[in-house]
Amino acid sequence: MISQFFVLSQRGDNIVFRDYRGEVAKGSAEIFFRKVKFWKEDGQEGAPPVFNVDGVSYFHVKVVGLLFVATTRVNVSPSLVLELLQRIARVIKDYLGVLSEDSLRKNFVLVYELLDEVIDFGYMQTTSTEVLKSYIFNEPIVVDAARLQPLGPAAIFMQGTKRMPGTAITKSVVANEPGGRKREEIFVDIIEKISVIFSSSGYILTSEIDGTIQMKSYLTGNPEIRLALNEDLSIGRGGESANDYRSSYGSGAVILDDCNFHESVRLDGFDMDRTLALVPPDGEFPVMNYRMTQEFKPPFHINCLIEEAGHLKAEVILKVRAEFPSNITANTVVLEMPLPKYTTRASFELEPGVTGQRTDFKGANKKLEWDLEKFVGGVEHTLRAKLTFSQELHELWFNSANIIKEAGPVSMTFTIPMYNVSRLQVKYLQIAKKSSSYNPYRWVRYVTQANSYVARI
Amino acid sequence: MAPPAQSQRSPSPSQPSGKSEVSDLKLQLRQLAGSRAPGVDDSKRELFKKVISYMTIGIDVSSLFGEMVMCSATSDIVLKKMCYLYVGNYAKVNPDLALLTINFLQRDCRDEDPMIRGLALRSLCSLRVANLVEYLVGPLGSGLKDSNSYVRMVAVMGVLKLYHISASTCIDADFPSILKHLMLHDSDTQVVANCLSALQEIWSAEASTSEEASREREALISKPFIYYLLNRIKEFCEWAQCLVLELVTKYVPSDSSEIFDIMNLLEDRLQHANGAVVLATIRVFLQLTLSMTDVHQQVYERIKAPLLTLVSSGSPEQSYAVLSHLHLLVMRAPYVFSSDYKHFYCQYNEPSYVKRLKLEMLTAVANESNTYEIVTELCEYAANVDIPIARESIRAVGKIALQQYDVNAIVDRLLQFLEMEKDYVTAEALVLVKDLLRKYPQWSHDCIAVVGNISSKNVQEPKAKAALIWMLGEYSQDMQDAPYVLESLVENWDEEHSAEVRLHLLTAMMKCFFKRPPETQSALGAALAAGIADFHQDVHDRALFYYRILRYNVSVAERVVNPPKQAVSVFADTQSSEIKDRIFDEFNSLSVLYQKPSYMFTDKEHRGPLEFADELGNLSIGEAANNVVPTQMVEENDKDLLLTTSEKEETKGSRNNGSAYSVPYDGSSTSVFASQTQIESAVSNPTLAGHSPQASFAIDDLLGLGIPAAPAVLSPPQLKLNTKAALDPSTFQQKWRQLPVALSQEISVSPQGVAALTAPQALLRHMQSHSIHCIASGGQSPNFKFFFFAQKFEESSNYLVECVINTSSAKAQVKIKADDQNTSQDFSTLFESALSKFGTS
Repeated sequence: MISQFFVLSQRGDNIVFRDYRGEVAKGSAEIFFRKVKFWKEDGQEGAPPVFNVDGVSYFHVKVVGLLFVATTRVNVSPSLVLELLQRIARVIKDYLGVLSEDSLRKNFVLVYELLDEVIDFGYMQTTSTEVLKSYIFNEPIVVDAARLQPLGPAAIFMQGTKRMPGTAITKSVVANEPGGRKREEIFVDIIEKISVIFSSSGYILTSEIDGTIQMKSYLTGNPEIRLALNEDLSIGRGGESANDYRSSYGSGAVILDDCNFHESVRLDGFDMDRTLALVPPDGEFPVMNYRMTQEFKPPFHINCLIEEAGHLKAEVILKVRAEFPSNITANTVVLEMPLPKYTTRASFELEPGVTGQRTDFKGANKKLEWDLEKFVGGVEHTLRAKLTFSQELHELWFNSANIIKEAGPVSMTFTIPMYNVSRLQVKYLQIAKKSSSYNPYRWVRYVTQANSYVARI
Repeated sequence: MAPPAQSQRSPSPSQPSGKSEVSDLKLQLRQLAGSRAPGVDDSKRELFKKVISYMTIGIDVSSLFGEMVMCSATSDIVLKKMCYLYVGNYAKVNPDLALLTINFLQRDCRDEDPMIRGLALRSLCSLRVANLVEYLVGPLGSGLKDSNSYVRMVAVMGVLKLYHISASTCIDADFPSILKHLMLHDSDTQVVANCLSALQEIWSAEASTSEEASREREALISKPFIYYLLNRIKEFCEWAQCLVLELVTKYVPSDSSEIFDIMNLLEDRLQHANGAVVLATIRVFLQLTLSMTDVHQQVYERIKAPLLTLVSSGSPEQSYAVLSHLHLLVMRAPYVFSSDYKHFYCQYNEPSYVKRLKLEMLTAVANESNTYEIVTELCEYAANVDIPIARESIRAVGKIALQQYDVNAIVDRLLQFLEMEKDYVTAEALVLVKDLLRKYPQWSHDCIAVVGNISSKNVQEPKAKAALIWMLGEYSQDMQDAPYVLESLVENWDEEHSAEVRLHLLTAMMKCFFKRPPETQSALGAALAAGIADFHQDVHDRALFYYRILRYNVSVAERVVNPPKQAVSVFADTQSSEIKDRIFDEFNSLSVLYQKPSYMFTDKEHRGPLEFADELGNLSIGEAANNVVPTQMVEENDKDLLLTTSEKEETKGSRNNGSAYSVPYDGSSTSVFASQTQIESAVSNPTLAGHSPQASFAIDDLLGLGIPAAPAVLSPPQLKLNTKAALDPSTFQQKWRQLPVALSQEISVSPQGVAALTAPQALLRHMQSHSIHCIASGGQSPNFKFFFFAQKFEESSNYLVECVINTSSAKAQVKIKADDQNTSQDFSTLFESALSKFGTS
C-alpha cells in the first residue's frame, strides 16, 4: 500500500502528483528531492532506491532521467513498490509511445487517468495495459520520437542514426496511425547483458549472461503465439556449483542456470519441445528472463601494457580485438581506464588512418577514455597513450609496478546488434492464423550489451 | 491529487505564478458554462487541462471550484474525469462548495454506463469531507450490489475510504459484513482482493475495541479461507497474489503434509518474473518450514537460483531490493551460499550501497575452500578508486582473517596493504593488524616488523593512530625504537586533537615504561604532566589515576595497566540475535532494507494491517531495543584498548538482558525460589530505557570497585503452576499466534545441562517435574527447539514458551507469551531457574 505517487523532472519539478491516502504531508516531493540531491556531501554516493525520512519511506526508480516516486508510512514490501513504479513507467510508455519529460507534460491528463485506475486508495488495482484500455479515454498526444531517448531495453535498437526496422517500438498501443490503419506486427527481442572479469593474466575470473526475451505486440485480436527455443536447451546446472565451468563450450548445448517467465506464458510444451505458448497482452513485457554462467566466448579480448618511458613518463598500450565474425559490427564502444593520480598529461596516438575514434583524458578524475563508433568483427584496434607525471612525484616511487598498482582496471561498454553470446535462439515464432491472408510482420532481433566488462591489469 | 496551492515553492520560469492566469481562466470557464455551442467540449477540455496543470505544479486554483462544477454538466467522459480529479483535490479545503458537487456525482452514480457509475462513486468517496458522509451510504450500498465488477471494485475501496472518514457510519451501515460476503462469493478476483485489503484494514483497526472484529480478523487466517484463496491464486493479478501470499504467511498449518501441499501449490510462483511475487512466496516457504530444520535448509537451496536471477534481471532498483533479501539469507546461513561467492563479486559500475552489501556477503561466506579467491578479489577492491569501498574491502579482509583459523596468507595480504603507501589503506590496515594481534598474538613477530617501518607521521586518522600507539605500547619490548616514537608523540601532545589518541598514548607510555623503564621514564613524566593538564576530562582523569597508582606502588600499577592478556576469541556482534530474528520475521518488507525491525521506523498506527502487536507486544519490543545498548557499550569498550582482553570477554558476556547471570548452581535441591531472588534482581528492570543495570555492572566490574550487584528491592511474587496443566496443540498454536511476545531473552545453560541434552526427551521430563509441559520438540545437536506451556495454579491462565537451545554455545533463546502479561516476568524467572537445574538432579 502506498500513500502518494509522483514523477519529478531532473530539476525537481512535479510533473504529476497523486495523493491517494492523505497520510503524508504535502511537502514530500520537496523533501524527497532535496534528500536525493544532497545524499552525501561529497556527491560521490547516490541515494539508495529506498530511504526513510521522519517515518515516511520514499521509493524511487529512475527512468529516462525522470524520478518515479512513491511514499508510504507502512512497512510494505520494497520489491512490490519498486516493481510497481517500474510497471507504471512501462504502462505510461505503452500509452504515450515515448516516455520523456516532454511527452509526460503533454499528456499529463492521460497519465492521471492511468494513475486513477492503477492504484485506488493506495492499493494496486491493475497494471495491465490491456485491461486499462477500457478505462482510458484521453487520446495520447504523440511527441516526435526521433530526438528522444526511448525507454527500456529495446531502446538499444535505436542507437545512433542507424535505426532497426520498424519504428513501432515508439508507437502507442492506443494511438491510431496516420491513415487510420494499424500495422500488424510483433517484436521479439533477445537482449543479453554480459558481465565478465578478466584477471591480470587474461583468463576469465567470472562471467555471466543475463538475458531477457522481450516482446511487444501490435497484433489485433490477441492471437496465440508459440515461441520455440533451442531444443537442446536445459535449465539448472544440477548439483554442480554455478562457478564450476564445465567444458560445455563448443558442445552446442545451451544450459541456463535459472529462468523466470511472464504470467501469460504457458509452459505445457516447454519440457517437451522447448516452446513457450502465450497470448501476448498489449504493450511491452519480458516473456522470459534467464541467467547463465556457462562458459562463452567473450566478444572482446583486451590487452593492456604499461611501461616506463623516460623520466616521469610512461606509456600505456591498449589493444582490443573483436572475437566475433566480420559480418557483425559492434557500435558505441567505449573503453575507460583510471590512470595514476599523479598523471598530469596524456597524449594519444591512434592507428594511422582510423576514423570514428575519439580519445580523451579526463583531468579531474584522471581517466583515460577511448570511444569507437564502430568495431567490426575480427579486427584489432590499438591505442597508445603517453603519460606525463607530476614533478612533485618522488623518484623512488616511480617504477612500473607502482604505476600499475594505481592504474586500471580497463572497463568496456558496447552494444553488438544481431549477435548473442549464449547461442539461445528463437527457432520460430508462430502466430495462430486467423485467415490464410493474415501474415503480420514479425521481428526477431538479437543484441548483446556489456553490463560490466572489466579487464584487470 | 495534486498538492493544493498552499505550497510555498517559488515559481520557476516555466511555471507561471498564477494570479492573473487564474482569474483569466475563471472568466473563460464562466463563458462556457451555459454554452451549448458545438465544439464547446473541446474548448472546455483545453481549459480544464490548464486548471489541472496549474494544480499539479502547485498553483492554487481552488477559487475556480464553482465554475468547474458548473461546467461539469456534460456527457464528455474526458471532461468528467478531469472535473472529478479537480473536485477530489479541493473538496477537503472547500467543504461548503463540495456540497455543490454531491448532486451531480450522485446522479452520475446512477448513470447507465458502468464506467461513469464507477468513476462517480470513486470521486464521491474521495471527497474526504466528514459532514457529507451521509450522502455516501446510499450510492455505496448500490455500488456493492452493482452488476458490473468495475463498479463493485470501486465500491469496495469506497467503503474503506468511508471508514477512514467516519468509521461509525461505515460500521453502522454494516458494510464490513457485506464486504465479507463479497469476498467469499464474488466472481471477480479483483473485487475479492479489494475486499481483503479493506477488511484487513478495518478489522485490524476495530480489533482493539471489538471482540467480533478481532474474531473476524482471526478468521482471515483460518484454514477454509486460506485454502479458498490459495486454490484460486492464479486467477488473481500479480499484485493481488502478493496480498494473498502475505496473508498465507500468517497461517499456521496443522501438520507437515499440509505444509508440503501449500509449498507444492506455490512452487511455480518462484518462477514468476515479478520479484514481489517471488519474494512473497519465499517468505511463505521460510515461515512454513521454520520448525522443520532439514526442509528449511532445502528451501534455502531451492530459492537460491530464483533470487540470483532476480538480482541480475530488472532495474538496478529492483535488483537492490532483492539483493538486500539475499544478503539477509546469506548472513543467516552463509554455508548454504559458500559455493556461490562469485555472484557476490562487485561490479565496477555498481552503486556503493550495492557493493557494501556484497562485501558483507563475501565476508560471511568465506570458508576454507574459497577464502583464497575471496581475499584475492577483495584485495583488488582495495586499490579501487572509490575510497569508502576500498576501505570496507580492507576491513572485510580483516574480518575474514579474524573468523578463519588458517590466516597465514591473509596476514601477508594485510601486511602488503601497509606497504601500499596510500594513507587510507595504511590507516585501515593498521586497525586490522591491531585486532588481528589481539586474537592471534602468535603473529606479533611478523606484524611488528612491518608496523615498525611505518612512520607515525604518515598516520593521521585517529583510529589508525590509536591502533599504532597501542601496538607500540603492547610490543615495546620487540620494537627497537618504540620508546622514542612514543616520546616524539608525547612531545607533540598539544597538536594531537583526538582525545582517543591521547588516552591511548597515556596507556602505551605506561606499558612501555614497565618494559623499558630507563628509556621511557622521562617521557612518561612528560606524558603524565601533559595528561593532567589536559582539558579533556577523561584524559585528565586517566593521567591522574596513573600518576597516583604509580606513586602508590609500581608493581600494582603494572598489574592494573598491563596484566597478562588472553587472546580474544570472538569479537562482539553489532546486532543482537533478537533484532536479527525480528528482521527475519519481517522478510519481504522494508525492515530488511533498513536492517531494522519495523518498530524502529514506523509509527504505531501504521504498523500494517495484520501485525498482531498491541500495547503489550510493544513493551517486549522495547526491551529488545534496550538489548542493543549494552552491546554497543561493549563495542565502545572494545575500542578502548585500555581494557585487557580478559576483561572484555567478561563484559561481553554480560551484554544480554539478565542472561549473563548464570544462576549459581544449587546442588541441594532447594525450592525453586531460592535462586529466584538473584535472577530477579537481574531481570526485573530491563525496561529502564537506555540504562540497563548490566551496563553499569560492567563498568563497576571494570573498575574493580567491588560494589555488589544491585540489591533486590522487591521480593518476587510467588507464582505457582498447575502440575496437571493441559492444552491441546491447536489451542496452543492459536494462542501462540495471537499473543504478543511478553518476554524474550537469552539464558545460559549449565555445562551439566548441555551434557544431559543428548536427546530432547531428557529435558522434557525435567521440565515436567517443574510443571512446565512440552507440546512440541525437535532438532538435533547442536540445535534443539522446544515449545512449552504451563498454567497458573487454580487459574486457566497460560504461559507459552518457545525455547531454542544451542548446545555448542550453551545458550537458550527463550520467547515467552502469556495470557496474563503481568505475571510473565515471574514465570520467566521460574522457567529460567527450572532450566538451570537441568542436568544437575
